[in-house]
Parts: sequence; C-alpha cells; structure tokens
Amino acid sequence: MSKNLRVKTSKFVDETYRVSFKFNGSRYYGYKGDTLASALLANDIHLVGRSFKYHRPRGIMTSGSEEPNAIVQLHNNSDRTEPNVRATEIEIYEGLEASSQNCWPSVNFDIGGINNLLSPLLPAGFYYKTFMWPASFWEKYEYFIRKSAGLGKSPTTPDPDVYEHEYIHCDVLIVGAGISGIMAAKTAAKNGLKTLLVDEKPNLGGSTIYQNSEHFKINNQNSGSWLEKEINEIKKIDNLDIRIRTSVAAFHGYNFLLARENLTDHLPIEQRKNKTRQKLLKIRAKKVITATGSLERPLIFDNNDRPGILLSSAIKRYADLFGVACGEKNIFLTNNDSAYETAISLIQKGIKVEAIVDNREEIESKLLYEIEKNNVKVFKGFTIVNTNGYKKINKVSLMKLSKDGQKVIGSKINLSCDCLGVSGGWTPAVHLFTQSGGKLKFREEDQVFIPKKYSSEQISIGACNGDLILEDIIKNTPKYLKEFLNIKKTDYDNVEVFSSENKSKRNIWLLPSDKILGKTKSFVDYQNDATAKDIKLALREGFRSIEHVKRYTTTGMGTDQGKLGNMHALGIISETAGTKMGEHGTTTFRPPYTPLTFGTIVGRNVGEYFDIFRKTPMHEWHLKNKAEFENVGQWKRAWYYPKNNENMFEAVQRESKAARESAGILDASTLGKIDIQGTDASEFLNRVYTNAWSKLAVGKCRYGLMLNEDGMVYDDGVTTRLGENHYIMTTTTGGAANVLGKLEDYLQTEWPELDVYLTSVTDHFATISVCGPNSKKIISNVIPDLDLSDENFPHMSFKNTKIGKINCRVMRISFTGEHSYEINVQANYANSVWEKCMEIGKDFNITPYGTETMHLLRAEKGFIIVGQDTDATMTPIDLQMDWIVSKKKYDFIGKRSLYRSDTIKDDRKQLVGLLTDNPNEILEEGAQIVADVNKSPIEMLGHVTSSYYSPNLKKSIALGVVRGGKNMMGKKLIIPMENKTINVTVADPVFLDKENKRLNA
Amino acid sequence: MKNRYSIFSLIKNAFSYHENWEKAWKDPTPKKEYDAVIVGGGGHGLATAYYLAKKHNMKNIAVVEKGWIGGGNTGRNTTIIRSNYLWDASAGLYNHALKIWEGLSQELNYNVMFSQRGVMNLAHNLQDVRDLKRRTHANRLNGIDAEYLNTEEVKKFCPIINTSPDIRYPVLGGTLQRRAGTARHDAVAWGYARGADEMGVDIIQNCEVKAIKRNGDKVEGLETTKGFIKTNKIGVVAAGHSSVIANMAGLKLPLESKPLQALVSEPVKPIIDTVVMSNAVHAYVSQSDKGELVIGAGTDDYISYSQKGSHDIVEGTLNAILELYPIFSRMRMLRQWGGIVDICPDASPIISKTSIKGLYFNCGWGTGGFKATPGSGDLFAHTIANDEPHELNAAFNINRFVSGDLVDEHGAAAVAH
Amino acid sequence: MFIINCPFCGEREQSEFKAGGEAHIERPKQPTELSDDEWAEYLFMRKNIKGIQFERWNHIHGCRKWFNMVRDTSNDEIKAIYKMGEKPPVK
Repeated sequence: MSKNLRVKTSKFVDETYRVSFKFNGSRYYGYKGDTLASALLANDIHLVGRSFKYHRPRGIMTSGSEEPNAIVQLHNNSDRTEPNVRATEIEIYEGLEASSQNCWPSVNFDIGGINNLLSPLLPAGFYYKTFMWPASFWEKYEYFIRKSAGLGKSPTTPDPDVYEHEYIHCDVLIVGAGISGIMAAKTAAKNGLKTLLVDEKPNLGGSTIYQNSEHFKINNQNSGSWLEKEINEIKKIDNLDIRIRTSVAAFHGYNFLLARENLTDHLPIEQRKNKTRQKLLKIRAKKVITATGSLERPLIFDNNDRPGILLSSAIKRYADLFGVACGEKNIFLTNNDSAYETAISLIQKGIKVEAIVDNREEIESKLLYEIEKNNVKVFKGFTIVNTNGYKKINKVSLMKLSKDGQKVIGSKINLSCDCLGVSGGWTPAVHLFTQSGGKLKFREEDQVFIPKKYSSEQISIGACNGDLILEDIIKNTPKYLKEFLNIKKTDYDNVEVFSSENKSKRNIWLLPSDKILGKTKSFVDYQNDATAKDIKLALREGFRSIEHVKRYTTTGMGTDQGKLGNMHALGIISETAGTKMGEHGTTTFRPPYTPLTFGTIVGRNVGEYFDIFRKTPMHEWHLKNKAEFENVGQWKRAWYYPKNNENMFEAVQRESKAARESAGILDASTLGKIDIQGTDASEFLNRVYTNAWSKLAVGKCRYGLMLNEDGMVYDDGVTTRLGENHYIMTTTTGGAANVLGKLEDYLQTEWPELDVYLTSVTDHFATISVCGPNSKKIISNVIPDLDLSDENFPHMSFKNTKIGKINCRVMRISFTGEHSYEINVQANYANSVWEKCMEIGKDFNITPYGTETMHLLRAEKGFIIVGQDTDATMTPIDLQMDWIVSKKKYDFIGKRSLYRSDTIKDDRKQLVGLLTDNPNEILEEGAQIVADVNKSPIEMLGHVTSSYYSPNLKKSIALGVVRGGKNMMGKKLIIPMENKTINVTVADPVFLDKENKRLNA
Repeated sequence: MKNRYSIFSLIKNAFSYHENWEKAWKDPTPKKEYDAVIVGGGGHGLATAYYLAKKHNMKNIAVVEKGWIGGGNTGRNTTIIRSNYLWDASAGLYNHALKIWEGLSQELNYNVMFSQRGVMNLAHNLQDVRDLKRRTHANRLNGIDAEYLNTEEVKKFCPIINTSPDIRYPVLGGTLQRRAGTARHDAVAWGYARGADEMGVDIIQNCEVKAIKRNGDKVEGLETTKGFIKTNKIGVVAAGHSSVIANMAGLKLPLESKPLQALVSEPVKPIIDTVVMSNAVHAYVSQSDKGELVIGAGTDDYISYSQKGSHDIVEGTLNAILELYPIFSRMRMLRQWGGIVDICPDASPIISKTSIKGLYFNCGWGTGGFKATPGSGDLFAHTIANDEPHELNAAFNINRFVSGDLVDEHGAAAVAH
Repeated sequence: MFIINCPFCGEREQSEFKAGGEAHIERPKQPTELSDDEWAEYLFMRKNIKGIQFERWNHIHGCRKWFNMVRDTSNDEIKAIYKMGEKPPVK
C-alpha cells in the first residue's frame, strides 16, 4: 500500500466523491476534481513513463498542457484507447484505466533502458552518421528503429465517439481565464460586447484562484478570494459565453481561431453515450485578447530529469489546488522569487521544506525573510550540479556558483530529499500571438520574448505580455483594455494591490557543472532526450540556425512542442555562438498549441456525411430495380441493372441488345444543364464553342465542343435553341459546375458587353432518354398529342409539349445512334413520367440501362466521352473531329492554340478505332499501344481509352489514341500486356451504322 | 574523405565526448567571383552544386541561400519518393532520380534514410481505375516497377485502409510501386551540403539575392545582402520564390506560387508501413521513423508567399483520412505547417536555359519536387555546365509553353504528389 | 482564412470564394494576329508577385460575381477590393 500524500482538504476537489482508477493494472483512488497526475502524486507515484530515446525513468513534471514526461495510454485494447494523453490534463473518472508507454515489459523494468548505457554512442543526429553499411541493410535497421520509436499505440478500431463543429462570431474573444482574462471578460461584457471567454482548465481563475497568502493582496483581500468574487460576478453576465476545458489550438489571420472544447473526457464512460465528445469551435472574433499567462521554466543541470523533479509552480498547484504534497522532504532550486512562494505555501500546509538553493547571490525579498523565519536553509549563490535516485530523486549535490556564473567552485554539499522543485523564471506564453503573425522582441532584464507588433485586431495582456508579477498585471491591464476596447473606465482603475514578489532574477541558461559537459546529461527537451551537449554538438558541426539545431537534435519536436525547453535551447545557442538572443530567430510556434484530435477537426464530416450524395428524381426507382451505382462526381448514377444474378458483363450485354433491338431507357438527369438567355446568346455560343451557332434555327439542337484556351477539349454536349434569345446547353455530368464557372468568367470579365444571362438548371430538370427502334411508338403513347413525324419532329430538333398537365421539353437527339427522344421535365414530376414510359414501354420490352451500357452503345458509334477518350492533351483535330471546328469563325475559346507549332503537328496522338484480331478478346482500358515489341525501350504510341464487347456487332471494339493514328487505317498494332501481346488493327472509330440510318429508323 | 561517418567514427568520438566532430559545412564569406552561383540552398540547389563540383569539375562555385539551408520546401514536404509517372519524359526524369536515391546514403556518406516501403495510389471511381491501369502499363513498358492491385490486394498490402464497399467513395483498386518510399528530408539537404562543401563549394547562408546584373542578354553577377558577386552562370533553384528572382532579371515564368500544407500526428508505434496516396479524396499518409503520421494536404487556390494556408484545406484532408482510416479518429494533430509551391500549368517542372545567357531556371516542381532532388540536381548541373540540357530534361524546357508540347501530368492522371 | 468583402454581398468567409489569379490580363482581341510567343505570354506567363498583387476573385458560393482584389501576397493582407471594369485604386 502506497502512502497517502493528500495533506489538506481543498475546495477544488470533492472529497466526498471518491473515484477509483487503474494505473498500470493496479487500482488507486482519487477524488472528483483530481487530474490523473494529482491522484497519482497523492498515491506517492512519480514514475509514470519512459523517455523517447534513452528510456530513462520519468515522472510528472508539470501540472498542465506543457507536460513532456507524464504521458500515458488510456484504455488500452478498447475502442476508446488513446495514446500520449497527458496525466496532468486528464481528469479522473470512475473506471479510468491508464498505462505507461514506451516501456517493456514494464515502466519499472524497461529493457529499453539499455539505451541509457549506450547513450555515448547515441548523440544528436547519430542516425545520420551510421546504419549505412551494408548498403542494403538500412530497411532492416529501420525496422528496429521504428519499433523502438513511437510513444503510445494507435487505436485499431473505429472511434465510437461523435464530434461536432460550432461556429462562433463574437465581438471579443478572450483566451485564458486567469486573473487578467477575467478582468478583460468582465470589462468587455459589461460594455455590451458579445464576449467569449475560454480556458483550457476545468476551472476559472488560473493560478491566482488558489493564491491564499498574506503576500498577495488585492483591495486588502488575499488575491484568490478577490478573484473568486469577480468570477462569481461574471458568471451572471448574459452576453458573456464562458467555455471551460477549451483550448485554443490555432490563431489564424483575420482573427479566425480554432478551439477544442472537451465535453466528455472527464465523465465516466457510461455517461458519455449520445454525447458529443469534443467540439471544434471555429471562432471569428472582431477583437482577440490573449491572456494565456506564462509557463515556468525549468533549469538545465546534470540529471535534471529524474522522477520527483517538478516545476516549482506545479508543486504549488498540487498543494494549493489539489491538496497534494509532491514530497515529504522538499528542496527547491531557483533563480527568482517564485520558488519561495511555493515553499511558503508548503510550509503553511505543514509540508517540510529542507532547503532552497538560489542561484542569486543577493536576494532582497520579503519572501526570503518569511522563509528564513521558518528555519529553511537558503543556499545563496549556489546551484545543483547533480541528482541521484533512479526511479525517484533521493539526493541533490550543490556547489557554489562563481561570480560570473560560468563555473562552480568550492566543495560539494549533498542533501537528501524526495522532491525537487525548480524554477527558472517565467516564459510568457506567446505561442498564439506568434501564430497570428505577431513579431516578438527580447526583454533583456528577465530574458523573455514579449509581443512587439500586433498583426490584427488583438492584444496580449497579463503574463503573456510580459507582466509577470501581480502588481504589473493589476496596474497595466485596465490601461490596455481601455485603449483596445475604446472605453473610458473599467472596474479596476482604482484597485489596490499589494505584492511581496520581487522581480530580481539571475538567468543562467545552462547551469555550470563540476564535470565536463560531455559527461553530463542536462536535458533541454525531456521527452525527446535532447541535452545541452546535443545542442552544443549541433553548433560544433556547423548548424547555426535555431531551426537547424531543433531539427538536428529534435529539441522541441515532442508532443509538448518544446513548451519548456525551447527558450533554453535558444539561450544555449546564443551563449555558445556569442550572439544576442533572437539573432538566430525564435522557433516558429506552429499550430496547434496543444495537439488536436483528428476527430474534432473533422467533426461530423465522416461516414455518410463525408460528402453529399446527388441523386436523380428516379433514384428510388433505380434502387427498387436493383441498380448498381457508379459515382460520377457527387452523383450516384445507375451503372447497370443486373437481373437474375447476372454479372455486370451479362447485364450490359442484355441492356445493349435490347436498346438496339427494341427500346432502352436511360436516366440522363445528371448531365449539366445551363439556361442561356439574352440578345447576344448566339454570339456568346459562337465564342465558346468551336462550331457556328448563329444560323441554328429556333427549335433545333446542335452538338458543341468546348475547348480550353490552350486548345484542348474541355467539355461537350448538345445545345438547343428554345427561342430567338434563349438556349439550353447540356454539359457532361462531371463538368457541369466548371463549365458554368468558366462561362461566367468570360461573360463577366472578358465580354461584359454581351447581353447574356446564365442559370444552372441541372437540378430543376430531369432527363429521360428513350431510344431504340420502338422508341417512337412508346413516345407516341406517352405524349399522344405530339406529332412525331420526321417532317414535324426531325432528328436534332426540339418540341415544347405536355404530358397530361406536365410541361416538358422533348429533344430528338441521340447519343446511341438509335432513334431517340430525351424528355426534359421538371424534376418533381420526373419519376411519374419515367414510370409512365416504363408502363407503356412494357409491350416493347423497354429496358432500363445504366451508364455502362450507354458507354458501350456510344462507343459502337464512335462518340467520345470527354475525360475518358480525352485527357486534356487532345485537340478536336486529334479526335478527328475537324468537321466541328469552324474555319470561318474569327475566334473562339482555344482557337489560337490549335495553330501552335506542336498542335499543328501531324503525328500527334489521334483517336482511332481498334479491332482485336481475335474478336472475342476484349482489350483492357488503359492498355498501351505499340508497333514493335522488340525495340528497347518499347516506344508507346498511345493507349486504349474505351473497350467493350459489342453484342450488336458480336465482336470486341475499342477506341484508342495512337500517335499518327489518322494515317494508320488498317495497320496492325500490338497491345503488350504483362504476360501476352494482343494483335489489333486500326479501324474507323465508327463501328456501327456509319450512314446513320438507325437515327430515322 | 575527412571526417568520414560510420559506426567506428561514432565510437571513436564517443571517447572524446563528441567534442571533436568537424563542421559538416563551413560558413564562408562570399568571394568576389565564382564560375557559377546557385540561388537557393534547398535540396535541389545543393544537389546541383554537388554534381557541378563532382561531375563537371566546377569547384569555384557557391550556393547562396536567403535563410538557412533546407529551410524551404525541402524541410516542409511529406518526403514521398516515387517514379511511377505517366508520360515518358516524366518517367525518365523521376526514375533517374529514383536510381540515385537507391545509392545516395553511401554516395554522400550521410544516411538519408531512403526507405523503399512502397507507394500505393488508390482508385475511387471508374475513371481512376482506367487512369491507374493506363499508368501501370506505361510504367511497365518504361521499365518502372508498377503493379495494379484490386481492392483485396490493396487491403492485404495495407490492412488499416477502410475498403468497405459502403463508404462514400469506395476503394476500387490501386497501384503499387514497391521501389518507391520515403526519405529523411533534412538529411538530404545536409548530406548534399556536406558533400559539396568538401569539394570546395561555398555554401553561404543568410544571403539574399537583391538584383541580377545583366549586360545585354548576358548575366554578369548578383547583388546580394552580402555584397556583389560576379559570375556569368546563375542557376536559380528558388522554388516558391522563382518568379521573384525571374522578375529581377526581367523574365516572366509560367508559374503560380501557392500555399501547400502538411501536418503530423503525435508519434505512435508502427501502424502503417507504406505510403498511401489517394488523389480522388485528397489524402496522403505515411508514418515517419519517429512514429508520426505524416499527412499531406492540398494546395490553396490563391497565390501566397505567407507560408500559411487555409484551415479548410487541412480539414478537408483529415476528412478524407478518416474516411479511409477511421481508426485514426482519436489520433491527434501535433504540428501543422505550410510551404510555398511553384506550380506550372502542366504540373511538370522546368529545368531549362532561358532567353538570357547564363541564366538557368530549375522550378515549377509544384507539390512533388522532393522525390526528384538527386535527379534534378544532376540534370540541372549538366544543363548549367554544358549550356545544353541533358536528354532527360530536354522536354522540360521553358519553350514548351510556346510550342504547346506540354508534359501534362496534371491533366493526364491528376497525380499531384 | 480571409474575410472578403464582396462588393455585391458584403463580408463573407473565404470558403465562399474562389481565386482566379492575376488580374488585368486582357484576352487579346485578335488572337490570330499574335505570334506563338505572344500567345504563350497571354496564356501562361504570370508575374506571380510577392507583395502587392492585383488579382481576380469569384464569389462562387454566393452571388457568383467576379471582382478584383489588391492583396499583399507576402502576408495575405487585403488592401482593396473593386468591381470588374473599375479602375484599380492606386497602389
């Protein structure tokens, strides 16, 4: 049974609510309100994990999101497992199970610990210098490297939780609910501004809220009680939205911020059902106030990473907020006043403080007096040179610092302890500020980077702006707020503040040791095991930029993103290089501030919501009739309709035959439809299509080919002249939106003089295509009033008519080569018309066919499909469609490009038909076409673009593009497959009914 | 070679606490004049310098870099290396690079960690299938290893992919190039820098080009933040900033510089052992040796030099990642960043002479330049040294935008990375 | 992500817009009169400016109108927005 280090009741944890949890398989207890870290510490557990490279034992070091060491796997082997969770952030709940990572067989005995002994061979970048022999062996070495790298384990089953997005627009966003954030929130909200206050912790008030000391007073109350009243007040304000457990991840331009609100991670698992786990808040704020506080710095000395070594501020937080003592014999190492605050707090609670080792020689602080009054020994001008204790610290060795702080002198003093608190001063949390594009300046007095110039409507206040002591915060914050929010007064203009803290600090980035640096392990980045000597090695090897050093040593690349160590790395670099801080750059703080769950970023856009489905009005009918579907863009198109266990081939053969022998019906609703109106509509079409349009009579249809300005085929379709100044254009299914966009672009920007209006009507009309020798009979029954005679209604013409009361436009156009009608009808009537066609067509074996049969039928006729037979390198000339390119028109989109030196070449790839010597052999679409397989390398002439077995011709047919194919009619070519070659003959791409007799049959 | 890297040098240096390692490259001040100056100290630029010195015996040369070497797209990409391109010209170019990759660590005596873990490209619709088959056939005939996989084979090669037919855009198949893989991006820049430095190349960092001095249609030198440098051969390998340098010389290029973003997850134990790319849904993922999932996002549509892209692009990418790998939902994004990619209208690079004598450009690599680094450097060095392109980069001349003889990888198979 | 002040609709999220590249490149009135070089200049060659750039945007998921923008491409700051056909505000 472990010790109980809960020393004091705390109002922040609920001691009436005991929570049991498991860590590494053993059961422990904590209270509601505990983090996993505070509960473990209360159970006297410091050793939580192993480090990345050397597998050194590591304990809890901080009490927040900056934690580098105490990261665990939650709920191993379950669908809610999660790697790399910070014990310092996760709140315990009944049933929580956590285990140590990166160790085997256990955190207490880890085989990987052997790396620590091998560490002399594993300096920064060692892997760049070795594993190169023998040459082929890298992947074998790599296998073991990969196995030993990584921290936790990825989940292996889908996530049972749900995530959401929330869009928030506010006047003022305040990031951080510490004392300055609370002051800002109250001020903004009371001035009528729609205000949002977020904080990553479960409770408001930052580190002031648990401040209960004679040494820090506001308006004569201790600062914690004063702040509590303020918090109670702001909770009542209507226009102030407060979100706790909400961490701002990214601060983008134009005051766009992303935050993660954690809603269920603190709840017992059975209470999470039907609840959103995390929300991504997408915040647009008119003004942003960053009040993210500061992070305490560790100190860099030999063996500064042992379990039991914590930041001084963390020890204070564990004691004041959670009522937990991190040790029973505490020692502090500090270079400023902060550790004294912690020590006083411990002494108040009866926790023993052995000594304070202070780098400073002279200390003028009221806090020192208080400490010495309590008989705590203060070693002034001393530093720690080493620590002992494998799984937990048990001893420190101190020595006197030389005057310049570069050496240690005198003899070593050893002190025993079970906990060491370190304080290297404070680093303003400028991460979000720099993410937003803000530039920093370096403040020499206390060696910190603070905001210099703001990039948008934002300010930083409080500690993150460099106001590191209470007095400065209280004095400066109202001033900043008034200016930024443009208001006359705040509630805090006359607040009295009393603070015993002194700003003095003796900053030494790398504390000296009695050993040479090469023999020390002074960690700068704890998680990645990057030490001071690694940084110096990088500099020695010529890496100068901080980004180089960072990448070479991996400093700052861990899951904590260097929140603790980056400053020291910068400091050591500038000290070693003899340059000023900031000269080598500050590292870029890349988003997110704390890691962000993929699920949160994605929100509900998973599974069925990944992308919208576009369905035609006949979709349900297709489903009922067992259609298989093909994705075409966002559309679901009926692909084929298998009957009686047919496979696709069999179904398509049947459908194709039926369409040519009697009647087929196709849902063509997905084709893009653009309504074009205006007095210049004809001129517009002249400019966008390759052929001429002015002479097209009203009521007639024409096929058009559209090019890109580079001369390559872009889209095609039939356009119908509905009236003098009114056309309807059809586009390919996938191209619809782009075509409309392109046409609008030309219309608005190049040809604004044209009187033309474009409207997308793709979704408004559905299209039913009935084709085949019996189509006329069917349509004459579907639309009895319509005169279908060739005289009245010839091929390539259109009629406005009615089916019952339903208005419809019927075009006599054909993509199959058969006599064929396309009925366009308002979408909500379409299914009834379709069913009517089916009903009437029953006597003619009307057969619904899908896209596959459509492709086959058009290939028999040699009609192209843009995107299948073309690939953005094909001109109309290449397609042997010279007939559609007007020679008379002065200009059209892409015309000029057809006359460039390459596009006029004769031996470009050209569309041809291909017939296999063996009529039963079906070519593979995408197969390459060659003339000679014996040449090396084999010269590829082109490829097969479309290939089918034609049931109507009883042989396989294919379309392909072949270099110089135009002049190869009848020539034998070869299709080299992986294990055979197929002989083909170049043929006319029109395989069936070259004379177009069937159109009028 | 001085200072040769091996396990033995590592052991030897361990005895002196690694205090005797020499500089991987020096930090020289620029000379007054060089035989050639390479503008841009990324992987391509450093490789160019390396091969100029090594294969063309041009040792009085310099690389000038505005920031720190390898700090641009070299250090920001997702490190995918493959050569399964459609067109003959591209296949030749990228396969040339791939062959150099296969011996690069030994050649440079610097472990660039080229790992041939395979690259798989997925098909999500019938046109994807046709395009990927077309590419597979073309690759095979071009001597590039390529396999077409059906859905079951895709699943077998990478079991964590969601190959259910019920997802919005089911996996219909894919291609696999086994020789393809990943490498350690920083190491490529550092390895080439070290190699070039050793042959006498001056690598000058924090040296920004301010102007290009011309005499008629010939270049005479560069005005830089470290003074004027005289030279009559300038090779520009400035990626996203190519147009900026071109404008200094009074040239316009067919380029647009756009934001491209990438991200990594927190590190985890091995979970995906290959590289999987899906163009249709925009998801590219692999796992680094450190254990991070490395995920490439797409480009934004606007020109920007800010090295920032829009969140929508990242979100869209992760949507696709979770569509294909639902198990990653509880994984966390650790870091996200942007680079500036220079994109040609045909999504193929330019490695070419220009209308100005002595001025050469190597640019337009878009989202996929890393994989070509060694080949690009080698061919650009050839072009600069001989004032003539190598047959492998002849097709990648600037004049193709005039003649229309484009290498349209974009239109053909829309394979971005 | 930008906030773009569409001259027809007002301030909207960037996600409603599509960028259309460099502005004020007029399509030649008589393309057939141009040499291959001149045509290529229109078709492909771009300033691709780092700094103040004049460019086209389309409110594609809104009013579908094209308009012009002056933007600093080095930091993405939008300096001005004006309608098609209007004179660009001086730099």
